[in-house]
Amino acid sequence: MRVWILLAIVVLAGTAGEISVTRAMKRIGEVHQFNPRALLKVLGRAFRIGWMWLGLALLAMAFFSLLALLSWENVSFVVPLTALSYVVGALMAKLFLKEKVDRIRWMGVLLVVVGVVLVWVG
Amino acid sequence: MSIARRVRLKTYVLIVLMVAFGATGDVLLGKGMRETGGIALSSPALFIDGIIRGFHNDLVWMGIFSLIFFFLCYMLVLSWADYSFVSPASAISYAVVTFLGWMLLGESVNSTRWLGVLVICLGVFLVGHTPTRTTPEIE
Repeated sequence: MRVWILLAIVVLAGTAGEISVTRAMKRIGEVHQFNPRALLKVLGRAFRIGWMWLGLALLAMAFFSLLALLSWENVSFVVPLTALSYVVGALMAKLFLKEKVDRIRWMGVLLVVVGVVLVWVG
Repeated sequence: MSIARRVRLKTYVLIVLMVAFGATGDVLLGKGMRETGGIALSSPALFIDGIIRGFHNDLVWMGIFSLIFFFLCYMLVLSWADYSFVSPASAISYAVVTFLGWMLLGESVNSTRWLGVLVICLGVFLVGHTPTRTTPEIE
């Protein structure tokens, strides 16, 4: 039971964390300059946005849950299941970021999930 | 070059950098942690001890820096590209890592894994043919 709870945390917190980071970065807007000074400025702005910190906290939570999970279960069991994150991620992006996930993108996401599972069970 | 093409190219370059830094970081971190004896997960004290020992290893630090660059590229690309584009597209790293392991380290890869690599490539190819951004600029 605890394995499934932790797995749910890994997938949900991990994806929610990345969605939060995306939200913060979308607020900053498209980065055009990539010199070190401009990048430092972008970082400075990012870390003044609450979504960024929420994202990092959720990602840390997912990371430590993954470590705990890996202490009980085999990698080849855990990683294929975390591939579900791609589906959850596309759903959350649609719901919370209003991204348009068309049929081709859905097919791509599903193929990626199947592929990751095959790579790890093989 | 049109703006749309420039943005697409920029997105691809950053995803390639993400894959490179991410995979390098994982390998260095994994190698370094194994050199220092790995992390025991049996008790919190041993766990923290394992992490602290890891910080005394150069490979671990190189791995951490590589992963920081990975995350920076990730942040940058998400400043314009869809999450639902970047996330599945970066799964190409599974294919790259399998291929490099086979080519450089002589790891044996069975047919199921090759099939997985092929399916991932196909999935990434499809995602790559969707628009990089489907949301309007905010502000």
